[in-house]
Amino acid sequence: MATSFNAALQSLRTTRVWKSIFRRGPALTNRTRSLAVFGNLFLHWLPVKVREKSLRVRAAYYLGSLSLLLFIILVVTGVLLMFYYHPAAPKAYHDMKDLRFVVSNGVFLRNMHRVGAHLMVLLVFWHMFHVFYRGGYKPPHEFNWVVGIVLLLLTLFLSYTGYLLPWDQLAFWAVTVGTNIISAMPVIGNKVRFVALGGNIVGENALLRFYVLHVVILPLLAFLLIGVHFWRVQKDGGLTVGSKKDDRKS
Amino acid sequence: MSDKNQGQDESHAIERPQLSRRDFLSEITVGALGVAGLGGATLTYQYFSPNVLFEPSTTFRAGNPDLYPVNSVTFLQDQQVYIVRMPAGFYAVSAVCTHLGCITQWKPEANIIACPCHGSKFQPNGKKIEGPAPRPLPHYAINLTADGELQVDKLQIIKTDQVLKV
Repeated sequence: MATSFNAALQSLRTTRVWKSIFRRGPALTNRTRSLAVFGNLFLHWLPVKVREKSLRVRAAYYLGSLSLLLFIILVVTGVLLMFYYHPAAPKAYHDMKDLRFVVSNGVFLRNMHRVGAHLMVLLVFWHMFHVFYRGGYKPPHEFNWVVGIVLLLLTLFLSYTGYLLPWDQLAFWAVTVGTNIISAMPVIGNKVRFVALGGNIVGENALLRFYVLHVVILPLLAFLLIGVHFWRVQKDGGLTVGSKKDDRKS
Repeated sequence: MSDKNQGQDESHAIERPQLSRRDFLSEITVGALGVAGLGGATLTYQYFSPNVLFEPSTTFRAGNPDLYPVNSVTFLQDQQVYIVRMPAGFYAVSAVCTHLGCITQWKPEANIIACPCHGSKFQPNGKKIEGPAPRPLPHYAINLTADGELQVDKLQIIKTDQVLKV
């Protein structure tokens, strides 16, 4: 079985299509293994070599990777929810109810999105604390720490904008209170609140604005910054796992 | 061409134009882009400020004055306004808490208006008893229509000592 599979793979590797996609030869030497990583858009920001220590669970508890995983889950479930959701009052509330009680597996997807969002906030905070107590904000990681803070804010904004979308009492009052906090800003507070809500009250315009922020603008920004964040981890020398001296001791 | 390399000489350096053509053009470009950017930001701000709003009217009729007994506070839920009738006359108090915009509740047993969100307390005339609300509840303009009904304008805030005598 295994030999026939290998033989099939070998013959596949000689085809013109395969060679047009993977232009290096088989990954038999360190050089071709490195080329396999460099020559792939989705892998090129990964390190070609890593320290054994940074692969241990205790290095970061995979908190950053898990946050990324949750982000992907939230994008997928969110896009699926969009197929049944109209960002208009009062339809939004009815769509949310339909997703829970009428649409097949709708309640599963909605709760996955909801619980996933809660978990993501939790994990991102946990990740921040972990990095902070490891001293991961110190040089040369200062820039990536700031990128991380912006990502934390984006996570919170995504959470907050998504909170309005069910268009229930909880959503309405959370956003009423939140946007009144904006208007406490001196001089420009009321103007900013007006533009954020698209009116004086939390109404249809506010729902649509929060929807567009939630499904387009904030996820794109987060996607971009997550890319920078992961790439920068490698460029700054990998995870913060202590000095090389500690490597030899343990 | 040949004296290009003699720029070390200070007297030459002063005679040279302060701004090279390249610098001049790039400053013009940056300036133009800045103006265009400011214009774009202004247009974007204008685009995001709606000119027509489909929000409930801020002026409403509150019915005949006889509906309200003397020394009473009546909460109009749709309008989020208290119609208060005291021996001196009528006034309309906003029910929207000045802290973060929650709707307050009239507690007749304690004779106070209380906010359920963060515990602010007000007198029936809107005066603050305790925080976190920063300001008293505002009074709205109230008057009588030609056919003898109360009318409240929520855009017009009046002084607390103004009352409508009926």
